[in-house]
Amino acid sequence: MLFAVLSGFILAMFTPLLQPVAQNKTGWILAILPLSLTLYFASFVPAVSQGEVIYQEWQWLPGMDINLSFMLDGLSLLFALLISFIGVFIFIYAGSYLQGHKSTARFFVIMLAFMASMLGLVLSDNLISLFVFWELTSITSYLLIGFDHEDESARRSALQGLFVTVGGGLALMAGLIMLATVGGSYQLSEILTASDSVLESSLAVGMIICILLGTFTKSAQFPFHFWLPNAMAAPTPVSAYLHSATMVKAGIYLMARLNPAFTEHALWTVSLSLFGAITMFVGAYLAYSATDIKKVLAYSTVMALGTLTMLLGIGTEYALIAFTCFLLAHSLYKAALFMLAGAIDHEIGTKDLTLMGGLRSKMPRTAVITAIAALSLAGMPPLFGFIAKEAMFEAVIGNDSYQALILILALAAAMLVMAIAAVVAIKPFYGELRSTPKKPHEAPLAMLIGPAILAVLSLMFGLLPWVPQNSILSATVNAVSVTPASFSLALWHGFNLPLLLSVIALIGGILLFVFWQKTRPAIGHLTTQASRFGPEAGYFSMMNGITYIASWQTRLLQNGKLGNYMIVMILTTVILVGYTLLSQYGLNVYLNVEGIAFYEFFIVLLMLLATIYAISTRSRLGAVASMGVLGFTVALVFIHFSAPDLGITQVLVETLTVILLVLVLFKLPGFSRYSSRYEVIRDASVAVLMGVLMTLLTLAAIDVQFFETISGFFVESSYPLAKGRNIVNVILVDFRALDTLGEIFVLAIAALGVFSMLKLRAEEK
Amino acid sequence: MESLMAYVIGILFAAAIYMMLRRSIVKLVIGLIILSNAANLLIFAVSGMTRGAPPLIPEGAAAPLGIIADPLPQALILTAIVIAFGVLAFAVVLIHRAYEVVGNDDLDQMKDTDT
Amino acid sequence: MDDNKPKIMTFNTLILHTAALFLLPLQLIFSVFLLLRGHDEPGGGFIAGLVASGAFVLYLFAHGVASTREIMRVEPRDLLALGLLLGLAAMFPGMLNGEAFLTAQWWEFSLGDTQVKLSTVLIFDIGVYFAVLGTILTIVMSLTESEE
Repeated sequence: MLFAVLSGFILAMFTPLLQPVAQNKTGWILAILPLSLTLYFASFVPAVSQGEVIYQEWQWLPGMDINLSFMLDGLSLLFALLISFIGVFIFIYAGSYLQGHKSTARFFVIMLAFMASMLGLVLSDNLISLFVFWELTSITSYLLIGFDHEDESARRSALQGLFVTVGGGLALMAGLIMLATVGGSYQLSEILTASDSVLESSLAVGMIICILLGTFTKSAQFPFHFWLPNAMAAPTPVSAYLHSATMVKAGIYLMARLNPAFTEHALWTVSLSLFGAITMFVGAYLAYSATDIKKVLAYSTVMALGTLTMLLGIGTEYALIAFTCFLLAHSLYKAALFMLAGAIDHEIGTKDLTLMGGLRSKMPRTAVITAIAALSLAGMPPLFGFIAKEAMFEAVIGNDSYQALILILALAAAMLVMAIAAVVAIKPFYGELRSTPKKPHEAPLAMLIGPAILAVLSLMFGLLPWVPQNSILSATVNAVSVTPASFSLALWHGFNLPLLLSVIALIGGILLFVFWQKTRPAIGHLTTQASRFGPEAGYFSMMNGITYIASWQTRLLQNGKLGNYMIVMILTTVILVGYTLLSQYGLNVYLNVEGIAFYEFFIVLLMLLATIYAISTRSRLGAVASMGVLGFTVALVFIHFSAPDLGITQVLVETLTVILLVLVLFKLPGFSRYSSRYEVIRDASVAVLMGVLMTLLTLAAIDVQFFETISGFFVESSYPLAKGRNIVNVILVDFRALDTLGEIFVLAIAALGVFSMLKLRAEEK
Repeated sequence: MESLMAYVIGILFAAAIYMMLRRSIVKLVIGLIILSNAANLLIFAVSGMTRGAPPLIPEGAAAPLGIIADPLPQALILTAIVIAFGVLAFAVVLIHRAYEVVGNDDLDQMKDTDT
Repeated sequence: MDDNKPKIMTFNTLILHTAALFLLPLQLIFSVFLLLRGHDEPGGGFIAGLVASGAFVLYLFAHGVASTREIMRVEPRDLLALGLLLGLAAMFPGMLNGEAFLTAQWWEFSLGDTQVKLSTVLIFDIGVYFAVLGTILTIVMSLTESEE
């Protein structure tokens, strides 16, 4: 499973090489990866549907209980299948959608990384690796939303999504760490079995709030829903993927994953069901009031996410069944609809629903597929969306707390969704043909194959509900709930209350659709008015506030004079460290010259002379030369005192430093004297204070040793464990290789910094 | 030797800070170089200075014979030397760029981010 | 008060010119030697990388950037990337064996009479070598180029 997750990242690395070769076929070729992943995950279906849970573990940082461990149960398998299966069509679609775009390769690189992080997220069994993948999805989706980085609004939307989700991510991290502390392990599978100790702990409330902040922001729950519609600044394939199987579903996944641990806690159930219900209604309402087809779909995703959260919150067996069905149904139709909307936009050049009409004759296939997918969205029989909606009504009716409120919201949302579905399926294709920016024609195969297959699946699962149920959905429900559940899905349940509600929703929806032309402008106006006080306005005023405070404190504390900053920092250090040193250790000045050979004195003397010459000379060449002398005497010290590696390194670096200084320094003006006598005295006193402090500190450090150093271990195990006889090198490349890795990255950053500073100038000229 | 080095280190630090507080940017660079040398010597001195016993294991032996110099600070300093060079190069080029843009080598004149 | 500025960065003395030509391969071989013995004797990726960059910098001063680029055949930035990738690559073999990542893996075999020790540690050290080489050459070459 590790390779299943990593394969996306690895392939991403090679995509830039593939793109120039494969050209327009890149999408098709890359789709092989998600396809094989789908088959790979599908091979687990028989085992998982029998209730088996598959664990695989790779050590990462075993010392900190952080491992790359993966768990495949019904829930993660369902998500993994959705991610990889929908991914197949997204890649094929994107290859066609972005044809001719200049940075297609960049798009695919991020997209692959996005898919891989999402897979990692749903498969992780370790809280820390889960969190790492969680943040990776935030970052990759930021890059995807801002893909069109020359467009300012895209950049703004991307940043907004990042701020909201990463802000939530911080809270989530706190929540997860609390959870691990209380649960006694970072392994999810172990925490879930210890739910009693989790619930009884005093941290439970804080933990739930933190985790929910994370999942609500990620899954665009009210009041954080505003970033999601803006995220459609991304190219359509991204929206289709982000809305259907990835990103926003990450929050849903995590809530479902943790549901068995928290389902007994009132705060968890109440906040999930209430916020979910509100989100559901708000999303449906906003979707109804929008005219941009992508925006309509985006808000309907908000509605779906709300529904899912609400169902988790209700938490009864029925609710969880409805949850899984709805999850599957939504992923299928939403991916299809987004891709179709993108296809329409791509072929006619507008996203505005009010400008569309009569495309049926021009785009017949698109029209048919849209109709099927929209039926599933509306929850009409015989599509799978119908089963999901019936189950949802059933669950809402069987709910105890806030039954009336949630039922009303659910019914209203269902009506609005019915109307939206009708708008999306009918408005663009029927009626008279409107003139559009581009001459409409049928979309290419690559853009239709995905929606077609997904729509057919919606239909097939509706007609044969036992297929998904037996293969995966029952396992999913069992993974989400505490008690084992058995159920069977069917299209026809007889005449009952859910069916009645469906009929009411249908009638209401049709009415709303018929009056869409008349009511929509008024509602749209109202929404615009209301948005001034909405959460998005809050987001903007918060951002303004941060900038304001930042500029205020900058004016106050940072007046732009480097010297002042340094003096403040140094004096603070001197006072704090000096106080601690004197109060804890006392003043102990000593000098032990015993055993020092006269040439050692000579080296030291040379060192000091070079330094003093460097600060007093007015010639740059002299200063550079004395720096060379200083460097070489330091190298002498290293070599003389048993550090041959250091000596060699120092000599080589010193040579390069002199070359560097010669290359640059002489293009700068010579040493200038700017300081007044007062400033010289002030700076000199600060410097002397610092020097005295460092001397005292060094003397103290030589004098006392509080604990045994760890060097003994390195010395002893260098040969037996690491097969190296140069212990310094063994430490660098084996024992502390991670540090060294970090250090070469620092070098790389410095080099690229230099390069870009000089390169940038070259372009200006 | 360590106690003698303590005084040397103090003087180096003082010199480095003094140079870094000057307003002429070229002096800042000199200060930076002295500072990195001072810091390396500091780590080297506080871990004890041993003559003629490099941290190497002789061929055929599994562990060093007798007392050797502490290898850990050496490993730290080795990377520090190379990194200091990288940072110095970055700083020098940055200063050079700043000088070109501002047209003045007085640090106190480089107050605005807008130029 | 002002020092005399070096006008051009290519020093056209015959001795340097010829010496650089001969020293470059010698220094590069020496750097590889330092790199390979680094695990047992003084040397290793950092030092070897510095020696190799010293070789190229010397050549650069004698023959100019264009000619250096020509004999290098690759962009120094690519060397840098190669170094980082090798460093990263050394992380994974350990994981394949189910150990913590970056755990050293050794493959020993004898080739004729000599015992050959290959390891992820060596790969890592080679990565450090290229990273250092790439860093220094990127810096020095961009600087000299900006001058021209």
